[in-house]
Amino acid sequence: MEIILEKNKKRTGPVIFSKYNMGEGIKKALELGRENLLFEIKGAGLKGRGGAGFPTATKWMLSAAANAEKKFVVCNADEGEPGTFKDRVLLLEYPELVFEGMVIAGYIIGAKTGIVYLRGEYEYLLEALEEFLMKMREEKLLGKNILGKEAFDFDISIRLGSGAYVCGEETALIESLEGNRGEPRNRPPYPVNTGYLGYPTIVNNVETLASVPHIVTKGGEWFKKYGTDKSTGSKLFSVSGDCAKPGVYELPWGTKIKELLELVGAKNTKAVQVGGASGICIPKTQFDRAFAYEDAATGGSIMVFNEGRDMLKVLKNFLEFFVEESCGQCTPCRVGNTKLLEGVEKIERGEYTFAYISNLKELGHTMQVASKCGLGQSSPNSFISILENFKDEIFRTNGKGRNNGKA
Amino acid sequence: MVKRENTRTPVSQQPHIVDKPADTATIGGTISVEINEKKVTVPLGTTILEACRQNQIHIPTLCHHPDLCIAGVCRICVVDVEGMRTLQTACSFPITSPIKIRTSTPMVRKARRHIIDLLLSEHYGECYSCFRNGNCELQSLAKEYGVDSYTFGHVEKPRYEVDNSSASVIRDMSKCILCKRCVRTCIDLQEVGVLEAINRGHETHIGTFLDKPLADVICINCGQCINRCPTAALRANDPSDEIWAAIDDPQKHVVIQTAPSPRAAIGEEFGVEPGHSFTGELNTALKRIGFDKVFDTNFTADLTIIEEGTELLNRLKKAIVEKDESVKLPQFTSCSPGWVKFIEHFYPEYLDYLSTAKSPQQMFGAITKTFYAKEAGVDPADIVTVALMPCAAKKFECNRPEMNDSGFKDVDYGLTTREMAKMIKEAGIHLPEMPKSNFDDPFGEASGAGLIFGATGGVMEAALRTVYELVTGREVPFKNLVIEPCRGFEGIKQASVKLENCVEEYKFLEGVEVKFAVAHGTANAKKVMEMLRKGELVGYHFVEIMACPGGCLGGGGQPIPTSADIRKKRAEAIYAEEESLPIRKSHENPHVHYIYEKFLTEGPCSKLSHKLLHTHYTKRGKFIS
Repeated sequence: MEIILEKNKKRTGPVIFSKYNMGEGIKKALELGRENLLFEIKGAGLKGRGGAGFPTATKWMLSAAANAEKKFVVCNADEGEPGTFKDRVLLLEYPELVFEGMVIAGYIIGAKTGIVYLRGEYEYLLEALEEFLMKMREEKLLGKNILGKEAFDFDISIRLGSGAYVCGEETALIESLEGNRGEPRNRPPYPVNTGYLGYPTIVNNVETLASVPHIVTKGGEWFKKYGTDKSTGSKLFSVSGDCAKPGVYELPWGTKIKELLELVGAKNTKAVQVGGASGICIPKTQFDRAFAYEDAATGGSIMVFNEGRDMLKVLKNFLEFFVEESCGQCTPCRVGNTKLLEGVEKIERGEYTFAYISNLKELGHTMQVASKCGLGQSSPNSFISILENFKDEIFRTNGKGRNNGKA
Repeated sequence: MVKRENTRTPVSQQPHIVDKPADTATIGGTISVEINEKKVTVPLGTTILEACRQNQIHIPTLCHHPDLCIAGVCRICVVDVEGMRTLQTACSFPITSPIKIRTSTPMVRKARRHIIDLLLSEHYGECYSCFRNGNCELQSLAKEYGVDSYTFGHVEKPRYEVDNSSASVIRDMSKCILCKRCVRTCIDLQEVGVLEAINRGHETHIGTFLDKPLADVICINCGQCINRCPTAALRANDPSDEIWAAIDDPQKHVVIQTAPSPRAAIGEEFGVEPGHSFTGELNTALKRIGFDKVFDTNFTADLTIIEEGTELLNRLKKAIVEKDESVKLPQFTSCSPGWVKFIEHFYPEYLDYLSTAKSPQQMFGAITKTFYAKEAGVDPADIVTVALMPCAAKKFECNRPEMNDSGFKDVDYGLTTREMAKMIKEAGIHLPEMPKSNFDDPFGEASGAGLIFGATGGVMEAALRTVYELVTGREVPFKNLVIEPCRGFEGIKQASVKLENCVEEYKFLEGVEVKFAVAHGTANAKKVMEMLRKGELVGYHFVEIMACPGGCLGGGGQPIPTSADIRKKRAEAIYAEEESLPIRKSHENPHVHYIYEKFLTEGPCSKLSHKLLHTHYTKRGKFIS
């Protein structure tokens, strides 16, 4: 299995995949103390790697400030966004980074319990991870009085998801942890105040947590050397699709799309889907854009489409995914996605008016602002960007609809 | 941090409670916000919806219901909060900082319209052929937002089969808009937990365990879900066609009994404000519709008090005098069929605590087809008994196989207040215009004690008035017979009355402090049962439980909508009518004396009364086959 994953890892960059010795991070963290740690992470400008890009230090500060008898650190390993597979590499090859990140987080916010919410499909990683946790316990990196630090107890358990995409959304994830239907909660309250079992909880992506031990040992200034002003450090990209060398790449933020395409050996590229099914589709004319929170933001999923691909089919595939994966609780997402899919099917059959298409785009905008969680708020992105950026291709018909009216 | 009660409700469906300062006058107790450029000050933690309503700004809602916790799923109440990337739901957003809110921006209006369009595209709404036509929240919203076409299409075929397996509640999921009010009612308000969302995405629907028919799961038939459904996805099993057929059949002698709660609420179906009783008008209307006799269920409510009160005294005697340790105390009331099914499912091991007395409805049926048939000289085979009830569970109750003690089906049909109003309208009658008339003999007059059965605590109050007087020979020591500790809408009420200077027959009760408890809504019933399980009810003698919040006046067959305020007004109407009645104690009802003289000659809890007026229960448990 490791061999397969080794093949997956295509480029090790200077940050996440840089040299690290197990235990260093926790040791340094205990020396620094809570305030200095927060200061370092804030100074590093670390933002959430799951896609939304919320400043990690702010999240941790809020829950550190919350007054409660219990707090929780949750690692979101529900890597469900279509086209991403970087967390799997981290979990199998660098579990010390992820787990130590959790311990440090627990130390900062005052939590004693960490939970890894592991994607159901990654069950095959479970045994190795449990073994690794045992090893950490033996080395006093987990358990009571970690590294001899009086009254600093922290332990990690692993829970498996059951395959729902929406459970990657932090509040749905918490519901699922509690044994309920995986449905996002209303916000406010935010998990930093009212999370797992009603206690302050931080939920962080695998990659975010894995960045933390590096920042702690090497410093925020070092981290900031990489990336752009607003997007510091590096990012793991899961590259798939029409390219010669798909796999996981570590690149600094600010890398241009065309640079990445060259690196992965993509030829005749027509479009790049940045950020998975919920991301945006970028056409050839915009390949100068850079991967960054302020430009082409992504949780890591990069799908490459060459000239041979039918963009309407690509879009249909994404929408079918959302129709099935919406949790079904809020109206804009549950019904909205089916309407967008219906629209695509009508375009396929040539049964549409431009007024109808424009209505659907408006609906997409409503979904972006009125859905309850990130799923419904981002699912129309592909619809809007593909219809906008590839309208010449999609609406080029012979009067009978595409393919003479046959889907 | 939100303090969580030990309920089964997921946090996603629980209210977000902000720790509010005890005194809003303290610093930080209130907060100033701008709503549509107008400055208003509200207590910290007020939701945007509450703040808007307090300031006469209308926000449409659909999944929000005043009795239920917040869901925030329909998204119709979205508003714009300055500085936030997305629109926020007014119902779920607690104000904790000085925000600027706008309730009618182009984006807000467009979003609301889209949401209505989306709901309409999925809702199999055939307004003409729908029982909620004119009283449908989705229909009203469509009108409010000027929907004149289906922007995103409209379903033309039902998506789901109608589940009419239950004698009480019919589910038509093609009309469901997934607001989850029924789910929150069932799980959170009633703590029964029969309904929950099943599947995901477009396949999401509200279902039962393994999507089994409602009749096969542990539904208690309370019908509270019906009262809170915004559309016609849930409705009661309506027998009015059969009743019309019986009325139109000259061979049939159709008798109707009317319960106290429908009178206090049926006016709402005719556009009258809640809180007005139409007892006399209803009697006239029913006679004009063609019922041969109109009887008062309060008569058998009085009978219930005699039977149940005697049963209680018997239990007390066995326990105190005979030191019989097998006697189960406290005795629980058994008039609420929702509660009876609840205890059968959830606490089958405690069925012996339940009074064996039938509910007033079933007593009436058994008496009608025996005593009345004989007195009136009618063949009981030709009698059709209809019961006008505020209740959905009464429909199930009258269909229980054991309810055939008269030799016939004791009560043929249970009819809800809503269905009755429909029949009255169908007959061309506007109820509030009717002249008043009395109930028919031989059960013409009933006591006020029977009338207050309609409100939570009423059975207890009626029973105390009788039991206390039987035991001591004096009236209950409460001014104007109003036993205050039994009244009001507190979830669980507990109190006691001391028995002193008892008459000779009941000397064994001298000095006994009768402890009683009253609970309404099965969530509170569950709390009481847990108290019993933990031994916290030792020393208690009598417990009244009603399955529905507010008691029968908040029953699952009552007019829609319902809210705490509406239920309070209905209770006020009942109590006001009660005080005007000449007889206010069950044991003083002359018709009750008459029936014990002429028919149940061996007295309460005798052999004949056991055959006709008492029943037994089934240990159902939670097993679902």
